[in-house]
Amino acid sequence: MNDAHLRNATHRLRARAVVALVFCAAVLLPAMLATAAGPAPAVEVKIAKFEYGPKEITIAPGTKVVWTNGDETPHTVTSNDKSFASKGLDTDDKFEHVFSKEGDFGYICTVHPFMTGVVHVHKQ
Amino acid sequence: MSKRDSDGSGHNPARRQALSCLASWTGAAVVWTVAGGVPHALGATGSGTPAAAAPSALTFVQISDTHIGFRKQANPDVVGSLRRAIAEINALPQAPAFVVHTGDVSHLSKPEEFGQARELLQELRVDRVHTVPGEHDTIDDGVTGYLKYFDHDGNGKAWYSFDQAGVHFIGLNNVLNFKAGTLAALGEEQLAWMKGDLARVSGSTPVVVLGHIPLWTIWEPWGWGTADAAQAMALLRPFGSVTVLNGHIHQVLQKVEGNIALHTAMSLAYPLPTPGEAGIGEPGPVTVPAGELGKLLGTRQLTLVRGSHQLALIDKPLGA
Repeated sequence: MNDAHLRNATHRLRARAVVALVFCAAVLLPAMLATAAGPAPAVEVKIAKFEYGPKEITIAPGTKVVWTNGDETPHTVTSNDKSFASKGLDTDDKFEHVFSKEGDFGYICTVHPFMTGVVHVHKQ
Repeated sequence: MSKRDSDGSGHNPARRQALSCLASWTGAAVVWTVAGGVPHALGATGSGTPAAAAPSALTFVQISDTHIGFRKQANPDVVGSLRRAIAEINALPQAPAFVVHTGDVSHLSKPEEFGQARELLQELRVDRVHTVPGEHDTIDDGVTGYLKYFDHDGNGKAWYSFDQAGVHFIGLNNVLNFKAGTLAALGEEQLAWMKGDLARVSGSTPVVVLGHIPLWTIWEPWGWGTADAAQAMALLRPFGSVTVLNGHIHQVLQKVEGNIALHTAMSLAYPLPTPGEAGIGEPGPVTVPAGELGKLLGTRQLTLVRGSHQLALIDKPLGA
């Protein structure tokens, strides 16, 4: 291998490195940032006719769940283990919570304790 | 259980008759007299002979479920409804000794709702108003917010008792949640207090119990019952005359178990559906045609005659 070949090889390596860096910056970095600090994916739960819909959901850690009360009667979203609790939600009021830990989180409406729901948080 | 007023005038002779029939109650069995669209008076079977209220009788009024803060279609003016009831109570020919409010004073447990409710209730020309909390009064922080406005004896609990005219009154908090997915309850601490409180009351003393949710299970899927009501009923059973006054279901229902008569009351905010009503799966506010709402809201006047265990109830709608 002579000097010219060496220079060419070095140049190709540099070029590949630049391509790789650009790829990282363009594709991987935003993905990494999104995981670290971007908006969490959201799942909607509607409260209607004194029921959580859906009553049970399964989500990945880091997912945000947004509950919206569609009833004329106030409801709450109150976890059995007290890890999250909404205020009284009037009509169209929302409550959101990001689930960072794995587990099964049962919750009730404290105004109507016969209303129950579960959020299953598992790696997918 | 009720029929509509045939002419809608509200001046039905049968109603006047019912109003004048302050029936005696012997604890045997009771029947409602139905006139003018709603059950008006509690009569008696067996040896009961209708009698006018003695001058020494204790008269008080029950109101319930004012839901101050509610502004939806079913009743955009709950303040107006309460004021109307207050005007009627203030105009009663025999002034009541006091007024009891069987819960859901507020709609969302907000301080401004409690404050407004307390101001409105001060327009009642009676010595005092006794309240018990409903589940709408304990939404965010249990009874803490409610007690800032309605702590009757200052002991920091939402349960209490008092005596008046030979009658023992007990106010209960049966909107506590102890277990997910079940009916609300009284709880061991309150039941222990109730047992101790009743231990100093003679069996011949008439007892009146105030509680928001019915002390019997009317419809469990809607939470219309108290999980540990049986324990409270066991404490009340030895007494010769027990009257339980509840709210929560926004309609008049009654049940008799031995010497214990249980009555739910109309709301002053909005009607709720009848359990099992076709096509209705949840206990949400019912919007009725204009002019009908007042017939489904109302107050209750109670008269107890000392020494004879006589009791009369008159459920009075606000009117169209």
